[in-house]
Amino acid sequence: MGAFLAKRILATIPVMLIVAIIVFALIRLVPGDPAAVIAGNMATNEDIARIRTELGLDRGFFAQFAIWAKGLVTGDLGQSFFFKKDVTALIAERVGPTLSLAFLTIVITVLIAVPLGTLAAWRHGGWLDRALMGFSVLGFSIPVFVIGYLFAYFFALRIDWFPVQGYKPLSAGIGEWIRHLLLPALTLSIVYVALIARVTRASVAEALTEDYVRTARAKGLPESRVLIKHALANAAVPIVTVIGIGVALLIGGVVVTESVFSIPGLGTLTVDAVLARDFPVIQGVILFFSVLYVLINLLVDVSYVFLDPRIRY
Amino acid sequence: MSPNVRRVLKNGAVRFGSTVLIVLTVIALLAPWLGTTDPAWLDAVNMNQKPGVTVDWTGPDNQTAPRTLLMGTDSFGRDIYSRVLYGARVSLLVGVIVSVVALAIGTLFGLLAGYFRRVDAVLMRFMDGLMSIPAILLAIALVAALGASLTTVIVAIAIPEIPRVTRLVRSLVLSIREEPYIEAAISVGTPVWKILLRHVLPNSIAPMVVQGTYVCASAILIEAILSFLGLGLPSEIPTWGNIMAEARVVFSSAPYNMWFPGIFLTLTVLAVNLLGDGLRDTLDPKFNKRGAQR
Repeated sequence: MGAFLAKRILATIPVMLIVAIIVFALIRLVPGDPAAVIAGNMATNEDIARIRTELGLDRGFFAQFAIWAKGLVTGDLGQSFFFKKDVTALIAERVGPTLSLAFLTIVITVLIAVPLGTLAAWRHGGWLDRALMGFSVLGFSIPVFVIGYLFAYFFALRIDWFPVQGYKPLSAGIGEWIRHLLLPALTLSIVYVALIARVTRASVAEALTEDYVRTARAKGLPESRVLIKHALANAAVPIVTVIGIGVALLIGGVVVTESVFSIPGLGTLTVDAVLARDFPVIQGVILFFSVLYVLINLLVDVSYVFLDPRIRY
Repeated sequence: MSPNVRRVLKNGAVRFGSTVLIVLTVIALLAPWLGTTDPAWLDAVNMNQKPGVTVDWTGPDNQTAPRTLLMGTDSFGRDIYSRVLYGARVSLLVGVIVSVVALAIGTLFGLLAGYFRRVDAVLMRFMDGLMSIPAILLAIALVAALGASLTTVIVAIAIPEIPRVTRLVRSLVLSIREEPYIEAAISVGTPVWKILLRHVLPNSIAPMVVQGTYVCASAILIEAILSFLGLGLPSEIPTWGNIMAEARVVFSSAPYNMWFPGIFLTLTVLAVNLLGDGLRDTLDPKFNKRGAQR
C-alpha cells in the first residue's frame, strides 16, 4: 500500500508539470505584444515596460518558466494586476464559497443519484428506469445557466422560498449557509445526477446478473439486502470513479453557477479576471482547479482498496 | 439501402435528433427570409417590448411600419426573434466545425500514439496534462489569451476536446492492431501508413462518429457558456448565449428573454445527444458511452 501510494503520487508529478507548462504558455499566445494588450489603451510606455518585466516577457521562455515554477513551489503565484494583491491570498479569500458549493452539490448528487440508479437497475425497463434515462439525456442537454434561471424564476421570484442571489458563510449559521446555497447546488447537481445515476444504473444492473446475487436470493435474503450489500457494494468502484472524473464537469459548472447566483467564489473571480485580462489570476485559478482535480482522482484511486477488498496494491 | 443504414434510420432517437437538426439548419440558412430584420439593428423607441405585441417599428431602411414582435425586444430595442434565428448559425457552425477539427486532429494523434510506442509515451503524457484542466476553464483561458472572434472561439473550444478523441482512437487502434487481418497485412509487407489508412481507420469510423456527436453537443454548450459569461462573441453577432447574457439584466421583469434562446439551445443539444445515443445503439452496441468523458 505504501509503495503504491508513493508511486501513484509520483505519477501525478509529470501531469502537474505539463499543466504548469500549458498554463504558463497561455500568456505567450496573446497575439501582438502581450504586455501592450494587457496594459490596455490608457497605458503609458512605462506601464507597458513594467508589465513586460513583471510577466518576464523580456526573458526567454524557459528562463522565465524556471523562475515562475520556483515561485509555484513556494506557493507564490504572482501579483494580480487588477486587484493589486497576491494571487495566492486572493484565491484563499474566494475559495470558501466555491468549496461550500461543490461540497453541497456532491452530497445532494450522491443522495439522489445512487438510490435512483440502484432502483432503476433493480426494475430494469420499468417506469422509473425509463424516466431516469429520459431525465439523464435531458440533464446532459440543458445548459447549467438555463437550469439556474429556471430555479431562480420558480423558487425565488414566483414563490419566495430562497434568496435569488448572494452567499452567507458557514460562520453566519448553518441554516443561512444552506438557504443561500441550496438553489445553486441543486442547479449544479442536475448534470452530475444525470451522469452518476446513469453509471450507477449500469454497474448495479451488471452486478445483478452475477451468480452471487442469485445465491443471495436463493438463500432467502430480503431484496433490500441483496441490492445494497451485494449489488451496490460490488458496483462501488465504477461509481466512485465517475464521481471523481465528474469533478471536472463540476468545476466547469461552478464557474457558471457562481455567476448566475452572484456567489463571490473562484468562479466569479475567474470571469472578472478574464474580463480584466488579469493573467496571473487566470493562471492561478486554473492551476488551483487542476491540482484539485488531480488530487481528488488520486484519492479516488486510493479508495478502491477500501471499496473492493480484492484490489491490493 | 444496406441493412445497416436501414437499422439506423429506424431508430427513434436518430429520427428525432436528425429531424430537429435538419429543421434548425434550414432555419439558420433561411434566417434572412423568415420575416427577420437585421439582428444587430436597434429601434430605441421599442426597447423591452413584450412577445407578441404589434408596434410601429423603424427598420434598418428607416421606414416605419407595423411589426409584430414574436419574441419581443431586448433592452437595446433589438428584435429577439431575429436574434434567436440568426443565433442558430453560430451554434450549429461552432458545433460542426469543432467536432470536425477535434476529430481530425484527435484521430491523427490517436493513430500515431496507438501505432508508435515512442510517440505514445510523450503524446499521451501531454494529453493527460491537457485533460487535467477542466474543459470550460481551458476554453475560457484560451479565449482570454487569443481574444474573442469566431475563429478563436472555435480553436478554444476544440483544444480541450482533442485529448478525448485521441484517447478513444488510440484505444481503438490498440485493439484493432491485435486482429488477425492486421497481422496478415504486416506479414505481406504492407507499409504502416497503408495499414493505418486502409485497415485501422475504416474500422474505427463508427465509434468516432458517435464520439463526434458528443463533441458537437459539448462544443455548442461551451460556446453558449462563453457567450453567456460575456467572454464569447461580441453582441453584434447574435448567439443564443449572448442573447441570454443580455437577458440577465432584465430577468425579473422580462424572464421570457431568457426562455426563447434557452429553449432553442436545449432543443439543439438534446437533438445532437439523441442522435449520438441512437447511432451508438444501432452502429456499435459494444461501444461504451459517456461515463468517462468531459
